[in-house]
Order: sequence, then C-alpha cells, then structure tokens
Amino acid sequence: MTLATVLLLGAFHGLNPAMGWLFAVARGLQERSMDRLLQSIPMIALGHLASVALVALVVAATGSLVTGTVLSVGGGVVLVGFGLWRLLSRRHFRWVGMRLSLWQLAGWSFLMSSAHGAGLMLLPVFTGLHAEGHPGHAVSGGLGVAALHTLAMFGVALAVAVPVYRVAGLAVLRRAWFNVDRMWAVALVAAGAITLAQV
Amino acid sequence: MTRWTPDPTFYPSPSDAAGAPAEKLAYVAAFDRAASRPDALAVIDTDPSSPAYGTVVGWTDLPGTGDELHHFGWNACSSALCPNAPHPHVERRYLVVPGLRSSRIHIYDTKDRISPELVKVIEPEELARRAGYSRPHTVHCGPEGLYVSALGGADGREGPGGIAVLDHTSFEVVGQWELDRGPQYLAYDFWWHINQDVLISSEWGTPSMIEDGLVGELLLGRKYGHKLHFWDLRKRTHVQEVDLGDEHQMPLELRPAHDPTRLYGFVGVVTSVEDLSASVWLWFHEDGRWQARKVISIPAEPAAADLLPPILQPFGAVPPLVTDLALSVDDQRLYVSCWGTGELKQFDVSDPYRPVELGSVRVGGIARRSPHPAEPGLALRGGPQMVEVSRDGRRVYVTNSLYGAWDDQFYPDGVGAWMAKIDTDSFTFDTRFFPHGDAFRGLRPHQVRLQGGDASSDSYCYP
Repeated sequence: MTLATVLLLGAFHGLNPAMGWLFAVARGLQERSMDRLLQSIPMIALGHLASVALVALVVAATGSLVTGTVLSVGGGVVLVGFGLWRLLSRRHFRWVGMRLSLWQLAGWSFLMSSAHGAGLMLLPVFTGLHAEGHPGHAVSGGLGVAALHTLAMFGVALAVAVPVYRVAGLAVLRRAWFNVDRMWAVALVAAGAITLAQV
Repeated sequence: MTRWTPDPTFYPSPSDAAGAPAEKLAYVAAFDRAASRPDALAVIDTDPSSPAYGTVVGWTDLPGTGDELHHFGWNACSSALCPNAPHPHVERRYLVVPGLRSSRIHIYDTKDRISPELVKVIEPEELARRAGYSRPHTVHCGPEGLYVSALGGADGREGPGGIAVLDHTSFEVVGQWELDRGPQYLAYDFWWHINQDVLISSEWGTPSMIEDGLVGELLLGRKYGHKLHFWDLRKRTHVQEVDLGDEHQMPLELRPAHDPTRLYGFVGVVTSVEDLSASVWLWFHEDGRWQARKVISIPAEPAAADLLPPILQPFGAVPPLVTDLALSVDDQRLYVSCWGTGELKQFDVSDPYRPVELGSVRVGGIARRSPHPAEPGLALRGGPQMVEVSRDGRRVYVTNSLYGAWDDQFYPDGVGAWMAKIDTDSFTFDTRFFPHGDAFRGLRPHQVRLQGGDASSDSYCYP
C-alpha cells in the first residue's frame, strides 16, 4: 500500500508539466536536439529528489526529538496549512530565464518541487516510517522512499517528454494541461487530514 | 480565479496560434485631443456575420480626463505556457491601459461583457515611487510579470525612461526592471526574444521633447533617439547598443520574429534628416554581436507647398513617416504604415534580409487625402498609423491618429477619426468595415487590440 502510494505520487509528479518534463521538451526544441532533452530530465529528477529527500531528512531528524504523535500532528497541520495556502494564494512560483545550465536546471527543479510541496505530499509516509521503527531506520527508509518516488517521477516524465517531442507536439498542452496545482492543493489538505486522522 | 484547463487563447507555438479562430471584437484606444472629455476604449464588431459588423458596439469612458491613451496590452498571453514559470490557468481577461500623458495605468475587465469595466487604477505616484518612471507606454505580458515601458523619469525628471514591472495578479507596481542600464537614457518600445533571454528596447524622446509637438531644432540637431538597446532579460542588464546613425531619427516599434528559435526582428525609423525618407531595419545576431541593417527605404514624395503644413513647407515634400509596423505571426509578412504619405505597404519577409514589396494601399495622407473605397467622395486626413494583424494573418486593421500634439503639426486641420480593415490575400480594403467620423464620438483612435490576441500581443516559447 505504502509503496504503491509512493510510486503513484512519483508518477503524478512526473505527469505534471510544471514540474519538469515540459521544460525538458522546450530545451530539446530550442536546439532541435533529443540529446538535450535526454540530458535535462535526469537533472530535473535530481532537483526533485533533493526537494523530497530534504523533507524526509527533516522528518527523521525531528522524529528523534519528539514523539511520533507530535510529529504526526505537526506534519498534518503543516500539510493542511500549506494546502490551503496553495489553494487560496494567487501567486505562482517564479524563476526568470529560459537559458539555464544543467545545474541551474536542477536548482530550478528543486525550487519548483519545493514550492509545489512535492516532499510534503509524502509526509504521511515519512511519519508512518518513523512511527514503525527506530530513528536510523527512519533516515534510510525515508531516503529510500524519496529515491523510489523520484524514480517513478523520472520514468513518467521521460515517457511523456519523448513522445511529445517526437510525435504529439505541444498543441496537446492546450487541452490536456489540467490545473494540477489546484487539485494538488486539495490533495495536500486531504493528506494532512489523513495524517491527523491516523494519530 | 484560475481555470481548470489552460486559457484557450494561449498557444504554445506561433504556428498553433496562426490556426486560431478569427477575432469577433477589436478594442481601440481613443483619446480626446482637447483633454476636456474622458478618453475611451471603443469596442468594434469584427465578426462579418454579425449585423453590427464594422460598427462601434461597446464604449467605456475612462474615469478621468487628459490621459492620452496610446498603447495597451493584456494581463496574460501565450508566454504563460513557458516552462520556466508556467501559469497556464490564468485568464486573458484584463486590459492594461496606460495614459501616456497622465501616467495613470488603468486595468479593465473584458470578461463576459462587450464594454470593458474598470477594476483598478494605478496612480502616477505609485509608478513614480516604486519604479521611478512616468509616461507609461508599451505593455507586454512576460513570464514573471507585466512589463510596461515608460518614456520619462519620476518627480519631473526627464529621464532616464525604462521599464517598470507590475505584478500580474494584483497589478501592483513591483519596481524598476533594470539593474544596470549602461548608456541607455531614452526609451519607447520594447519586446524580447523570450527563449534566448534577450530584451530589445528602442528610443523616442523625453517628455519635453514630445509632449508639445515635434521640436524642429531637436530633430535637425539629431537629438531624438537613433539607437537600439539589447539586454539580458534574466539578469536585467544592458548588453549592447546598436546605433543606426544619428541621421536616422526615432526607431520606434520593435517586431521580433515570433519563431522562438530565430534571433532577428524589424524596427521602423520615422525619418532621415538627410532626405526625409523613412526606413525599416533588421536586427540580427551574427559573429557574436547584435547588428542592424537597413532593409527597406521609403523616399519622401514631392508636393506643392500649398498642400503642406507649415512644418513641411520649407522642404516641398511629404515624408513617409513610418510610425508603426506589424509582423504576421508566421513571420512571413511585414506591414508598414506610412502615416505622412497615407500608404500601407505589404512586404514578403520570408527572407528577412531581403524584403520584397507585394502590395500597397492608399488612404488619407498629408497631400493626397485619399478616400476610403467605402466613401469615395470623402477626402481623409491622417494616414494609416497603428497597424495590427490578426493571428491567422488574413486581416489587417489600421487607425489614423499618431499622437495628439504631432497630429496637429502634420495635419493642422485635424486628423478626424477613422479605422479601416484590409484583407491580406487580395490586399484591398474591406468596404463593409469603415468606422469613422462620429462613430468615435469626437475622439481619435490609436492602438487596436484584437480579442484573444493578435500579432503584437503574444510571445511563444516553443517553435
């Protein structure tokens, strides 16, 4: 169940144009180069991994200091709060510029994933890990979850970007770019509620 | 509120945008030269199947007087799809309408209504305090905000002019865009090569050089603008200036290629002080630097002195006065307004280095006063000035006023008010479309914006 959740969330992030694959396609189109697209996706995944792993580490570190209940309640409150803020805020994440180096691209992805609360979405899983085992387990388990999650994200992003670049073209964006931000905000609130309910 | 799917008027690429449906409405900025009545946004029906086709169907007075509406733009456009800061679920809904003389910036809601409705006014003090500018002009919807160029400095300072950034949801002035302006002082138009992080700006003059009319001594002294400036859009710093030569006075409207993989664009130069000709220049990036080359030259037309206003009588000729130009979304056609001689020219620019003239229509003009075919008996003053192309490239719209104080010098009897539409395939006037005279209620029409976007409103991140 937990593993499936982790992978599905990864797939969901991979599917979201705002989280990376679209930038990879754009970079490919800039130079009409599939290589450039293929170089971009791992860097975007790397930034995503860093964002998610950071949350895992924070949970593990916090977990060694406080009880599992406090962690779950705190995590749940953070999720609900962040979700509501995403839902109600009219701002969007900004990063100017289209000509980024690969490392800047990883940095962009880190910020984009963090701003969208990618790691926070996994909070219920991370706090669950902590509740089950000892702190050491929580660190390695948390990083493992982050890695698996990112792998799923990477796979889906690649699976979307290549056909869009090669065949479909970007006109598909006009109809298929569902407002995942808004759905995402609702999901964050739900995840927070679940975490709180488990306490 | 945001949408669940992207705004249908956003297109990833120029070729997608060229397939957009035809516009049903056109918004036209109209101003009162006497500044005694409010300026207005006039809304024209552009749907040929509508009984009201070619007439003014909506009208919104501004809240104050003396704004002198000139150019305006949308709160959001196709650049919202750019992958670096995507926000595709906002709506293209608000018109951002600066008063060039008053320095007030007005925000109008166009959704589900014909006549736009005022939702916010940014006072000149806010623009001055936050950005240090006055006389706002061009508006472009950028990847992370609204960019508004301004001709003058704040607190009575003449300059430097530059660009202010507005938040594109709250419409508050965020601040001055430039971090390092280098030698740039004069400002007018700007646009960008969005995919290469390049911004281009042009030069007109400071407020005192334009607001009371064209100053002959300054023109002959070659003091108006004659340079292009190239900037790093991300770092907000000046990169290079390109001087067209000081005889080429006033490079105004900038029309970069819509194809985001191409680094070239066109700029019109109002007049040469050597022979009163007008010209169009191509900028391009070659050998690691920005360059510009004259690719179109349009000579002055000799005319009898009694047909000329005092400002031109010593010269015995009518300068073409290229004051606006428009590049089709597919980058294949360039339309050039000759406001002095009363002519609109069509060029094939599929090879941008070698434009080929395809056609020309005459209407108005200082000496000719050519009529519109819809009313062959009516001599027209003013000339084709602001020119806008539909996204599919099939229709061109023109209006006839340049700028109040300058209208008066070149057309001392007034320019009247008219708008025309040209079908580009045949390159002839549409005789069913000719709002003029009282249709504009005594105001003078300037820039046209087409519902859903047009050739000068959107930039694209994908080829």
